[in-house]
Amino acid sequence: MSGYLRIKTPEGITFSFQLAGPLVRCLAWIVDFFTIMIISQGVGILARIAGIVSEDLAVAVATLGYFTVSIGYGIITEWAWRGQTLGKRLVGLRVVDVQGLRLQFHQIVLRNLLRFVDMIPAFYLVGGLACYFNRRAQRLGDLAANTIVVYNAQHHEPDLDQLLAGKFNSLRQFPHLEARLRQRVSAAEARLALQALVRRDELEPESRIKLFAELAAHFRAAVVFPPEAVESVPDEQYIRNVVDILFRTRGPEAKPEREPAGAAG
Amino acid sequence: MIIDLPRFIETERPTWTELEKLLDKIDADFSRKMTLEEVQRFHLLYQKVSADLGRVATFAAEPDLKRYLESLTARAYGEIHETRSRGTKFRPGYWFVNDFPRAFRRQSGAFALVVIITFVAVIFGAFATALDEDAKAAILPAQFSHLLGDPAKRVAEEESAKSDRLQGEKATFASKLMANNIQVSIRALGLGVTFGIGTIINLFANMVSLGMLAVDYVRAGQTMFLLGWLMPHGVIEIPAILIASQGGLLLGKALIGRGDRAPLEARLRSIGPDLMMLIYGVAGMLVWAGIVESFLSQYHEPVIRYWQKITFGSFELVALVWFLWFKRIADPEEEKGIS
Repeated sequence: MSGYLRIKTPEGITFSFQLAGPLVRCLAWIVDFFTIMIISQGVGILARIAGIVSEDLAVAVATLGYFTVSIGYGIITEWAWRGQTLGKRLVGLRVVDVQGLRLQFHQIVLRNLLRFVDMIPAFYLVGGLACYFNRRAQRLGDLAANTIVVYNAQHHEPDLDQLLAGKFNSLRQFPHLEARLRQRVSAAEARLALQALVRRDELEPESRIKLFAELAAHFRAAVVFPPEAVESVPDEQYIRNVVDILFRTRGPEAKPEREPAGAAG
Repeated sequence: MIIDLPRFIETERPTWTELEKLLDKIDADFSRKMTLEEVQRFHLLYQKVSADLGRVATFAAEPDLKRYLESLTARAYGEIHETRSRGTKFRPGYWFVNDFPRAFRRQSGAFALVVIITFVAVIFGAFATALDEDAKAAILPAQFSHLLGDPAKRVAEEESAKSDRLQGEKATFASKLMANNIQVSIRALGLGVTFGIGTIINLFANMVSLGMLAVDYVRAGQTMFLLGWLMPHGVIEIPAILIASQGGLLLGKALIGRGDRAPLEARLRSIGPDLMMLIYGVAGMLVWAGIVESFLSQYHEPVIRYWQKITFGSFELVALVWFLWFKRIADPEEEKGIS
């Protein structure tokens, strides 16, 4: 179960976080659990060193060390890594404020301390159920601390080279048909064609050929260009030409004057 | 509306890159303070990127670009609209002696309720034991079953002990007490998430045992032993549990929200720093209580006189009352940058 939390800024802009469900959070917790075990082994080594002085001191160091690590691990890592533990980093999650504001130290402390309640009676049963049924996928600690766990979106500038590249467009030799194409193609169809181009590398080869064949057939039927303009033009190139026409009012070298009728909707 | 997407990207890309770099700088060093010019520039960039996101969102043709701008806007939004101090300086001593008592005093209403519940529980435990001897077994948790026997017999055994039963184990015992009591306190606070009901039940169950023990030992004529045994650590440990419960009730009150028109998120947000300080102070108190219980409370006459232990406990109690209620605490306005 995962959804989105949408936040509307005072400027009227909306952005969203993809919420992490209990299963993916459980994966992160398993990683963290083993990390805590490993750190505790390190504490055990320190305790053995303390054992040179006194066996009593060694047990005390081990007891307090394990207790401190089990509580402090989440607090320290989430504060240092802005809402991420090692497990969350590996799984690609992040703790954020429920209103999208900067995560505060007290929020991190509270959500980590309240694990003791979420873990009741065992294996995070209370927390897991709360997370499953809460519309923001919050366990009780998140609820009290005003935090949510989201997928850590690492978005970079998209590669739009395929749109920026200026290849010869045979369809532009027929301006009246260009205009007719803009007139007949709806905004949804234009977006579909653009998306197909942008995501083409994500498709399997067979699916890619099939998709562009269907799209090309659709756009070829919408406006029939003379054979000399479309002959020997592969389906994918045909769609590229169509998108070029729909999203650029003139040729690549010209400045746009107005929005395409269909695509701007 | 965007007419030409590539042109739009080419035109606006420098703005996005500049904002991204600025956010990376803030992420890398969150104690960094921006100059007025930087703040103004940051705000301008945020507004420009927000506007770009608005344009891309209406266009809806390029999801990657939309997600990228959303991610930039979300990061900048968190920085621009956050009005709370980040509180980056790590000053545990300052927090303990100033922020902890400040939080305690600010939320003293919840503490008063905790004290009332404690009195009711202690009286209930005392009456139950006085009226029915079998109630002891029902009231006392299993881990304290060794206290079910005759108090006079136990006192006789303790006072005639020839050897130190904690010899070579004091630090171990103290550490186990600290870890266990801090865990119990965290649970007392955390149970506040059940609208405070869990905290009240937890507190009541603990304090009923105290009432039972008090009546049992007083009735057996072992009042001095009881005070000498419990006071050195109990005057710190018991208030610590009460303060943790204070935090639990505070959390429950915020969740219920009766008499408070603020939305749930705002209510929880307003008590968060106090909850943290309360549990932090409680942890500090329980570290001290663990040391005292292990190194002093477990020793009885003739090793140490009861009046000495009671006097020590009394001093601790007076000091605690002064610390929590009367000690002068630094004005937060004078101490910028402390959460």
